[in-house]
Amino acid sequence: MCLAIPGKIVSITAQLDETFRQGKVSFGGILKDINLCMVPNAKVGDYVLVHVGVAISTVDEEEAGQTFEYLRQIGDLDELTASAAVHENGKPQTGQDEIPE
Amino acid sequence: MKTANHKPGKMKYLNEYRDPELVQEYLGKLQEITTRPWTLMEICGGQTHSLVKNGLLQMLPEKITMVHGPGCPVCVTSMAVIDEAIWLAHQPNVILCSFGDMLRVPGSKESLLEAKAAGADVRILYSPLEAVQLAINNPHKEVVFFAVGFETTAPANALSVVHAHKSGVKNYSILASHVLVPPAMEALLSDPENKIDGFLAAGHVCTIMGMEEYYPIAEKYSTPIVITGFEPVDLLQGILMTVIQLEKGEWRVENQYSRYVQREGNRMAQATMQEVFTVSDRAWRGIGNIPASGYEVNEQYRNYNARKKFNLHLPEVAENENCISGEIMRGLKKPFQCIHFGKACQPEHPLGAPMVSSEGACAAYYHYSSNLAAPLP
Repeated sequence: MCLAIPGKIVSITAQLDETFRQGKVSFGGILKDINLCMVPNAKVGDYVLVHVGVAISTVDEEEAGQTFEYLRQIGDLDELTASAAVHENGKPQTGQDEIPE
Repeated sequence: MKTANHKPGKMKYLNEYRDPELVQEYLGKLQEITTRPWTLMEICGGQTHSLVKNGLLQMLPEKITMVHGPGCPVCVTSMAVIDEAIWLAHQPNVILCSFGDMLRVPGSKESLLEAKAAGADVRILYSPLEAVQLAINNPHKEVVFFAVGFETTAPANALSVVHAHKSGVKNYSILASHVLVPPAMEALLSDPENKIDGFLAAGHVCTIMGMEEYYPIAEKYSTPIVITGFEPVDLLQGILMTVIQLEKGEWRVENQYSRYVQREGNRMAQATMQEVFTVSDRAWRGIGNIPASGYEVNEQYRNYNARKKFNLHLPEVAENENCISGEIMRGLKKPFQCIHFGKACQPEHPLGAPMVSSEGACAAYYHYSSNLAAPLP
């Protein structure tokens, strides 16, 4: 029931008061009227996550790529921690350091 | 941002997280790092559905066991509340509106679908905001929305009340039966029979609520919690992040679903819920009463509370003893271990709620049993 899918805002169609906005959102070409009052900063062209007719989040485009980078990142960190044993200077930024063998 | 594998004509931010090659890469890494048996629970029924439908369960390393959590509103809404909805639907002047999933859930005597067949005005809606419009269009009727759901759905239901109030709509109310994830996680973890080593937290719930409320739980129970999405690659990344923590003996809160989930959540949505709801105790079907685990309409908006408006006081009812949904949702048993699974209990005539919703573990196993070559242990 917590199903939510991303769609692109194609137009803002109504503004009932300062917060209550409505817009047309395209889901792969299918347009639906969506309430936008919980994503006050979203604008036409943005992708929003929609649940039961209400947009609940705006896609963070930077973060959307991390899933494709993650394996390489933890691979890099493996090498880093291996060299850290010599240089004693790990690089723990994501918290993913050494993985036990 | 690095380029995602977005193909034109497909849905952006959806299809690229279904990439079969990336699935294999994640599975390979999981295989490589898993040295000990671990039991992980995915909280959300949407995640259960995706894991089973995409055949991920038997692609995982043998040492990893997924158990399926209580994050399915259809499954945990108590029979007493279903009976309240059915009672309301039978009132002569009432239009009872609901999300479609709730209609086939058995009450003590009948389901909402059977009530509808018997003449009750029951309507299936996609959004609670449509119910407010229905009230505007039917000024001589009382429109009641059956407001179930977790933290993901609560803001939209609260918004419908605020919208009705602002618009001066008086013939609208909600039957609130909201449930909250963190108290349920604590109930599971403090169970002496608990087998759960790590959690995939529900991505969309956290889109609303953020990450803060999970830090004390991870710390108190020394259990890693990874906020996770719903597509195959999301789920595998969430599982990998959890297993890395477990193998290292760590328990932190991490965020796999960072394209939607921010640490503080959606403040606007939280404010809307706080405007309309107050935290209440809630009975979970199959699990029992959990203190402070739900939302009820607050005093300020009492005119929009169907329980107050219709003075609802129905007698207590006993749950069906033949259904082991409680043990399934606590991660103690699998659907195949129920003697009624697929026999006396099927989606067409469910004994219990997890066989009703497509997000219920039993229905997911039933529909996609071809993806489960052998009954799971």
